[in-house]
Amino acid sequence: MAEVHLKLPASEQDVRALRAGDTVYVTGLLFTARDEAHLRALEWQHEGKPLPVKFTEGALYHCGPIMKKEGERWRIVAAGPTTSSRMNSLEPQFLEKIGARLIIGKGGMSKGVGEAMKKHGAAYLAFTGGAAVLAARRVREVRGVHWLDLGMPEAVWVLDAEEFGPLTVGMDASGGSLFEEVARQVEKNTAEAKKRLGLS
Amino acid sequence: MAGIPDKVIEDTVVELLRLAVTKLPADVEAALKRIFDEETGTAPRMQMTAILENLKLAQETGTPLCQDTGIHVFFVKLGAECGDIEKLIRNGVERATKEVPLRPNAVHPVTRKNPGTNLGVHMPYIYYEPGADGYIEITVMPKGAGSENMSQMAMLTPSAGEKGIKEFALNTILRAGSNPCPPILIGMGIGGSADICMGLAKKALLRPIGSSNPDPDMARLEKELYGALNGIGIGPMGLGGRNTLLGFHIEHAFCHTASHPVAINIQCWAARKATARIHPDGKVEYLTHDAKGGKKGVK
Repeated sequence: MAEVHLKLPASEQDVRALRAGDTVYVTGLLFTARDEAHLRALEWQHEGKPLPVKFTEGALYHCGPIMKKEGERWRIVAAGPTTSSRMNSLEPQFLEKIGARLIIGKGGMSKGVGEAMKKHGAAYLAFTGGAAVLAARRVREVRGVHWLDLGMPEAVWVLDAEEFGPLTVGMDASGGSLFEEVARQVEKNTAEAKKRLGLS
Repeated sequence: MAGIPDKVIEDTVVELLRLAVTKLPADVEAALKRIFDEETGTAPRMQMTAILENLKLAQETGTPLCQDTGIHVFFVKLGAECGDIEKLIRNGVERATKEVPLRPNAVHPVTRKNPGTNLGVHMPYIYYEPGADGYIEITVMPKGAGSENMSQMAMLTPSAGEKGIKEFALNTILRAGSNPCPPILIGMGIGGSADICMGLAKKALLRPIGSSNPDPDMARLEKELYGALNGIGIGPMGLGGRNTLLGFHIEHAFCHTASHPVAINIQCWAARKATARIHPDGKVEYLTHDAKGGKKGVK
């Protein structure tokens, strides 16, 4: 398994070369987006309204950070990933209509998202859930914020990150998925657990 | 009103929130270290390394260890005179949101509007409990959504018996998978009514990790379920590994002969909680954490 250092925006070629299980560090812009930002981005795109950021210029980060305003500037306090599966129903459309090469989050995403990533040349990178101070330390600068009316966690924060990671390629652009490998192992172990609990 | 001064209570609430979100209690940290030692695979080792390094950094810098500082559930035992406790807790939450800072998470459940204060109708939520004599005890549990969202409850039929409980536990953990930030703590409620059962599941999360229910039948069930399900293979952050659970705690209540309620409340690896006892002379004793600047436990 390789260790890869990527500059953002990553090229389709770089992303397609990633394999599930690889370790990745990214340098460049991260755009945070959770449920509400996904909904609004898709709504605005549908209505033909221009979006405030070009998501393809960096990586999409499933994250709702803690930020503190100091004078006119925002300081990042804590910024770990949020549960990606909440965006399962929105991400295929997002990849198709708005676009993103890399999605950073935790917990993995559905088969449907995997298919969309394969089609559009995108990969899913898993960061340790809850490791919010580690994540914040890899952010050099908060470049700005959009849609703050959605509330601090749901707004789109533009973060300039350096060597952000370690990230594990959870789902690659060829259909490889670490989460599916784990699921197969869990299925095997479940038979044993049922036996121990007298359920089979 | 005579009794413990308002300021002492409000300041203690702010300090409890700060302690809870920046440092895990010793029992949780010990469980995480044990799991780190037991994991051998590359992916789980990497996840546990990040978790432990993050804990260290959070404590050193006084920063919330996870950006999801949760919604705030309080458990209060009133055994001494004081002013309007609900108002003081609300003031403390609002101040901590700015001072620590905490992420403003509380939103209107339909409009999803976020007032930015962590305050709203019934939020923070306060459970009042008996059992304090001569002091006030306040526990805060900042509860993140990733784990809370994977919680389940079922009204089984009595004929489903113990087998039904075990099936429910297995299915809930499998369904949660990687989402609740494993290794997770399982709080299970058995019995009571629907609301009592879920409340017991939440309360089970407050017990020291690895402690047993005093009822031998419940202790046996805890041990059996932990033994069979910890090795299910989901592993730290769902990337595989030997340990999926921090612990398996059950709390129970007698129930109607025709009912068989069972509930699971899931807690992420960041199993945050903080408790303080406030005495009428104004002395504050921290039961889960070392107090700020003072000698251990007392401020």
